[in-house]
Amino acid sequence: MNEGLAIETNVLTKQYGQVRAVNQLSLRVPREQITAFLGRNGAGKSTTIKMLLAITSPSSGTGWVLGKIIRDASQNREMRRDVAYVVEDKQVYSYMTVEQMIRFARSFYADWQNEKESRLLKQFQLPLRQKVKALSKGMRTKLALLLALARQPQLLILDEPSEGLDPVSIEELLQEIINAASSGVTVFFSSHQISEVERIADRVCIIDHGHLRVDTSLDAIRREYRRITLSFDGNAPPISPSFPGVQQIKTSGRQIALLARESADAVVELARDMHPTSVEVTPVDLREVFLETVKES
Amino acid sequence: MIFKLSPSAGHPLYSQVVQQVRHAIETAVLRDGDVLPGIRTLAQELMVSPNTIAKAYSELEHAGLLDLRHGSGAYVMAKRRLKSRAEQIRAAQERVQVLVEGLHADGFSDEEIQRMFAAELFFDTSPESKP
Repeated sequence: MNEGLAIETNVLTKQYGQVRAVNQLSLRVPREQITAFLGRNGAGKSTTIKMLLAITSPSSGTGWVLGKIIRDASQNREMRRDVAYVVEDKQVYSYMTVEQMIRFARSFYADWQNEKESRLLKQFQLPLRQKVKALSKGMRTKLALLLALARQPQLLILDEPSEGLDPVSIEELLQEIINAASSGVTVFFSSHQISEVERIADRVCIIDHGHLRVDTSLDAIRREYRRITLSFDGNAPPISPSFPGVQQIKTSGRQIALLARESADAVVELARDMHPTSVEVTPVDLREVFLETVKES
Repeated sequence: MIFKLSPSAGHPLYSQVVQQVRHAIETAVLRDGDVLPGIRTLAQELMVSPNTIAKAYSELEHAGLLDLRHGSGAYVMAKRRLKSRAEQIRAAQERVQVLVEGLHADGFSDEEIQRMFAAELFFDTSPESKP
């Protein structure tokens, strides 16, 4: 267990019958950073988050959240004091009104921030007297967010927090994530919104078919991932599929496109030996990295 | 000052902030004693992680362009020689203008010219774009 990590898993696996929803996942989420968790539907994001929160138990492997081992019930209770979360099937008490729900949650936490509660209440325009079960999906998410943010957690775990929110509400949500992170809260959130992830995340983990495929910083993607397009006088020459430093190679007519994960300079140097008539190097954005990673091969 | 960050530009966001502050100081948009917003405020305004701003500010402090000691804000430190730098930039801009006009006259499109500049600049990793 590494003290600098808020979340750490060691070959964490969840098997549902024949299906491995999460397959030997070794995840490392550093403290005091915003880490995004990306993947297609059914890639294993929610299952992973549920195992971290001990809502579901792993089939094998283990993990630590804020240094507390996830398979131990008493350590789990301690962990939950410092972790706030908003997950898919929010277990909110639907028969209560919004006001009752907030009062109920407030009674559990000594460090509840009344000021933050009233600010978020106003900002989210939550109807106090309405029953939780009568709220729209977006409103229910906002209520869950308020309940999570009005505490002073060390770690905030959000499973697709922007789902069902309109663009203005997504903007407000991101502001609140940044606000929490500014106070030193570690944020781990799953999302489908690549553009929002690209702006606010420090790190990104991409999971596909239960496997962790990418675990890197956004800075590293911006600095290191490059698309290198080589053009030739005649048909593109054959190229070794194991070209060093290259993740993917596409040949089309007189051109070859390479996706370099690191040391693009070195790749270009090697590519010059093939005598291309032109070499073009362009940055690669997170959308491309994501699509290349999860594309069926 | 007004920042324009491009998440897909191929440079880390913090180095974009560093570069834009540098440029603003060089062109006297920011002057000695001016105050930049706190980390939380600027992060929320630009919708980026507070770590991005913290890293940028600490790099600017290291370069002697920002004073963070006061705790109350980030003070710009811009000493002499900056005026001459602004003039240098203006002169360089004129050279670029002449070059671009020449290329236009030779029938190159804006997009082609942009690509040529990008190709030249991409591997010339300036000190700001290093970690």
